[in-house]
Amino acid sequence: MPRSAFPSRACGRWHWADSQVSIATATANVTGAADAVWPAVRWAIARDLTLALRSRAELGVQLLFYVIVASLFPLATTPERNMLTTMGPGVLWVAALLASLLSLPRLFAGDHADGTLEQIALSPYPLVALVSGKIVAHWLTTGLPVVLFAPLLGLQYALDGDALTVLTAALLIGTPILSLLGAIGAALTLGLRASGSLLALLILPLYVPVLIFGAGAVDAARSGLGAGANLSLLGAGLLVALVGAPFAAAAAVRIALD
Amino acid sequence: MSLNWFKYASPAAFYPLAGKMIPWFYGAAALLAGIGLYVALVAAPTDFQQGDAYRIIFIHVPAAWLSMFLYVVMACWSALALGFNTRLSAMMAQAIAPTGAVMTFLALWTGAFWGRPTWGTYWAWDARMTSELILLFLYLGIIALRNAIDDPRRADRACGVLALTGVVNIPIIYFSVHWWNTLHQGSSVSLTKAPAMAAIMLTGMLIMSFAAWFYAIAASLSRVRTIMIDRERGAAWVGELKEVRNA
Repeated sequence: MPRSAFPSRACGRWHWADSQVSIATATANVTGAADAVWPAVRWAIARDLTLALRSRAELGVQLLFYVIVASLFPLATTPERNMLTTMGPGVLWVAALLASLLSLPRLFAGDHADGTLEQIALSPYPLVALVSGKIVAHWLTTGLPVVLFAPLLGLQYALDGDALTVLTAALLIGTPILSLLGAIGAALTLGLRASGSLLALLILPLYVPVLIFGAGAVDAARSGLGAGANLSLLGAGLLVALVGAPFAAAAAVRIALD
Repeated sequence: MSLNWFKYASPAAFYPLAGKMIPWFYGAAALLAGIGLYVALVAAPTDFQQGDAYRIIFIHVPAAWLSMFLYVVMACWSALALGFNTRLSAMMAQAIAPTGAVMTFLALWTGAFWGRPTWGTYWAWDARMTSELILLFLYLGIIALRNAIDDPRRADRACGVLALTGVVNIPIIYFSVHWWNTLHQGSSVSLTKAPAMAAIMLTGMLIMSFAAWFYAIAASLSRVRTIMIDRERGAAWVGELKEVRNA
């Protein structure tokens, strides 16, 4: 019996039907489009978090993937401490990129397969708000654990206290960008053949600036330049992505549903 | 007299116009390439530092310029297609992508051949080379996304969104790579420090650039004609074409 898979999707549907009632009643009170944004964002976050927390094993596996990838590099190169300190931030960032890539299909594919995504697109609430909520929930369940585990993995790479702080701060600012940009790719590849590898081809080149500034922050801090510039650039990137990516992702969802 | 530009937004009207333009652009490209190659290979003197190896730039620089320019043109057509929902704009974007990818590849390939005698290596993680490589990935991503979607209308819009996302990202990628490069390695390899270019070399390069540009236009127009026939094969105007009837 595929017990692990079925209850979670079924619960998702039940949860959706439950909220459908609340959305319908809430619509009566909605006076303008602006009033509808925050309830929609909150609803989407709450729903996706509930769904994610009902399949905790899946989240755990994604986090393990991150840990394992990060642990392979010393085995493949050298356990020498100086080398590890140099490579460490880059390796952890690449692992974070791959972990984000691996988790992206979760964002829309399940909802697309069982028709929930169509219902979401048909709701009177703005699709951009609902997609934004899904992206936030995706980051909370896949990006945030990566950030929280980074100091631990950083210790394996012989990073000192300052470097660990900068690395964690950079990941904290950078991983939401990964979720935001990734949402565009995830929506564009919905329901396509070989969508996993296609997603990698579409999204990884767009991740390059995040990788450079993120890993560069630790380098800059270590070489005495200070991580401020890198972190500011990451923050600017986050703001741009926050403004632009949800709209592009929502447009891509509509394209996929046609 | 007012010209109705939208007349040529219809594939039926644009198909014959493109057919008339193609020989002119191919002709101009061939003529300019002839002159440009004469300037490049015969008229331009041998560089006293790099020897004859520098002559690769007459192919390399036009290809690199066009690779970036074509991406912007493709994104413009995509924006038109998304904004006005015009079929032909999306077809133009689709037709430009392979030419852009070829130009990017050509720029990387000739760059490697130039780098070997000049820098002593085929590949260095130079900022321009790295961003050109990422540009190639962006082109290949768009072509792959197009091939993965069966419905051409959905493919048009999906590729449009991707192209626009890419065009916003290209300057960011370029500057991030540039900055990363200056942070990581010394300026052992640098184009900017090369001695000022002689006027005749610059002339040759400009002529070759126009040749490459006209070639890109002609190639894209030929490709867009094939795309038009392929997509509109059910339409009456395609059935009435003499090349279709005789086939």
